[in-house]
Amino acid sequence: MSSDWISFDFGALIDSFWATTFDGLTLGAIYALVALGYTLVYGVLNLINFAHSEVFIAGAFAVVFFLSALGFGPSAPTLPIGMLILDLVLAGIIAMVVSGGTAVLVERIAYKPLRNRGASRLAFLISAIGMSFVLQYIFYEWRGATAEPAVTMFRPKPIFEVFGSIIDSQQLTIFIAAVVMMVCVDQIVQRTKLGRGIRAVAQDPDTATLMGVNKERIIVATFAIGGFLAGAAALFYVMRVPSGVFYMGGFILGIKAFTAAVLGGIGNVRGALLGGLLVGLIGNYGATILGDSQWTDVVIFIVLILVLMIRPNGILGSNLGEARV
Amino acid sequence: MNQMKRTSGLTVAALSVAALLAMSGCANQGSAGGGGEEGSSDRVELPVQEKLDVPEDVVKAAGDGKAKCDSKTTIAYVGAMTGPNAQLGINIYNGSQTAIDEHNAANPDCQVTFKKIDTEGDPAKATGPSAQATKEDNIIGVVGLPFSGESKATGGIFEDAGLVHISPAATNPDLSTNGWKTFFRGLGNDTVQGPALVKLVEKLEAEKTCLIEDDSDYGMGLAKVVKEKMGDKLECEDAVTTGQKDFAPTIQKIMDSKADTVIYSGYFAEGAPLDNQLVNKGFDGYFIGPDGVKDTAFVKQAGDAANNAYYTCTCVPGDLIPEFAEAFEKVSGGDAPGTYSVEGYDTMTIFLSGIDKGITDRKKMTEYVRDYNGVGYGKTYKWDDTGELEDKAVYGYKTEGDGIVSVGLIE
Repeated sequence: MSSDWISFDFGALIDSFWATTFDGLTLGAIYALVALGYTLVYGVLNLINFAHSEVFIAGAFAVVFFLSALGFGPSAPTLPIGMLILDLVLAGIIAMVVSGGTAVLVERIAYKPLRNRGASRLAFLISAIGMSFVLQYIFYEWRGATAEPAVTMFRPKPIFEVFGSIIDSQQLTIFIAAVVMMVCVDQIVQRTKLGRGIRAVAQDPDTATLMGVNKERIIVATFAIGGFLAGAAALFYVMRVPSGVFYMGGFILGIKAFTAAVLGGIGNVRGALLGGLLVGLIGNYGATILGDSQWTDVVIFIVLILVLMIRPNGILGSNLGEARV
Repeated sequence: MNQMKRTSGLTVAALSVAALLAMSGCANQGSAGGGGEEGSSDRVELPVQEKLDVPEDVVKAAGDGKAKCDSKTTIAYVGAMTGPNAQLGINIYNGSQTAIDEHNAANPDCQVTFKKIDTEGDPAKATGPSAQATKEDNIIGVVGLPFSGESKATGGIFEDAGLVHISPAATNPDLSTNGWKTFFRGLGNDTVQGPALVKLVEKLEAEKTCLIEDDSDYGMGLAKVVKEKMGDKLECEDAVTTGQKDFAPTIQKIMDSKADTVIYSGYFAEGAPLDNQLVNKGFDGYFIGPDGVKDTAFVKQAGDAANNAYYTCTCVPGDLIPEFAEAFEKVSGGDAPGTYSVEGYDTMTIFLSGIDKGITDRKKMTEYVRDYNGVGYGKTYKWDDTGELEDKAVYGYKTEGDGIVSVGLIE
């Protein structure tokens, strides 16, 4: 930071507008995937699952361990393309299973006993925060404070140029894959029987139960879907930030994903998508205009507060139960 | 039924991911044959330092072999032995142990005791062990404390007890401004290292430099010195936060500025992912960091990317002094001397030479250190009034393979 503690440089944003935008969208897509986990659980249980950030990082550890075991390291591998894809798809599946499993486990240990005893919502909140810390420090005790050695999947290569800015293979892979997954989830929630069950429980759990919806099953399924998405996000996160996996890594990203969920309207699937992309973009734009990455989070939260002042329920507002398509 | 649909939804997703990965793979493959080293050919490479000339009048721990002293006479190491930063402490006390072993083997009538006291390198925990050291009357000198934070927290304790301590690693410039008469520093501080970073940039003939700092006292302090030195010559500046792992906006800024050198003023934990992501984005210049970055963990975490890294350190490369390295490896169980091992040896040797001259109490030892003027393995030890070394040796280092090697003194 220069001696004048804050300065605005819109020229910098204009100069690198498209590069900043593409990068923000990539990052935002990862936020959005994680945000979906917060939003789905909130929609069904009215609970902020603070341990979701650790569900995410569990998947990231799985990606790192799996790929390291296959011989991936800090330097980009020189594998035949087929092998590379197979390895990455396998890593993604493993991450999804590990994150999904962790999510279900968290539900079993931290929330189900409380639900069975009819605990207050505050108890759930504390339990969620507690679970987040417990998982974090399990990772800390197990792997220490230092980040895992980098696992580089491939070195990004320019694919095509838009408005003079290069879009590389990494950005494209992450963005499109993440959006496809989000559309799938949206369709699952809107069109399948499971989705109907989720929406029914979100709207009115008691009536839903009377109508023959197995509430417990729906809850577990919701946690599992959130976990799967976090696992996929973990793969993309490691792709983008090869040495970002350490015990606190989930917490930092989780906060932003949670912000994204609130910004878009928590409980709203499409809101999470929109919120995620916006958080990615706003952070990048803010940092570029203010000329200092340390402002990234400040800008994100200022925008969040401004939006909530005008639309207290987030941009897309309505919750999962009321969502109709 | 719904199970089926969900599965099919996820299958579609998985297939899409596969298709995209195929695209990325295709793009990646193109480079596999061409080799990823483009651009690196016009980089200046500083030659590796092959050997370190040890001055002839170097003061060694063995002394003349005729010393006589009370066997209860004790020198302590106070600093990290466990905790997240234990490695630096281990480097240091193994250096000190090497000096003690050499001394006691050569002087049958003067067997000095070495006591190690653990602070975990944590300012909050260091006061207890430090107080413990001051309460043991046999301890007449202390090697420590290694880190700036813990040194700041405990300087007063040693001052009250009149117990002289020489820090073998703490670099925060403010430590010598407390008026402590018992504090000495066995290395140059950050006002020395900052200019050395700039000097290294000049040696590498880099033209456009970006300065990236973190939010620690250490990183910001050093960056301030660099800014004073380079002023308008800096092409871009940015700041990152401790714990940050994704540096996209910072990298964008560096790439936009067309810089060929990045000075990173901070620790390896953030430096490694920054360098890795920079290189992945096509940056082919130098990455220069201070002693907080000079850690094999940096190389491990940044991988190939670390090949562009140079480092400054006020530490002497002990692995280049064969006789020292050999003796050290006996103590360490085979590990080569690390960062600040030589300083651990040299500072201990100063105390031992005092004991050999018949010093038995803290007051005389403090005076002895204050007036000391002798040559160690790495530098001349002579202090000014505030306890700062007059010899301000800074070494350059670079990545080679999985390790870090010296490129010699940076004038």
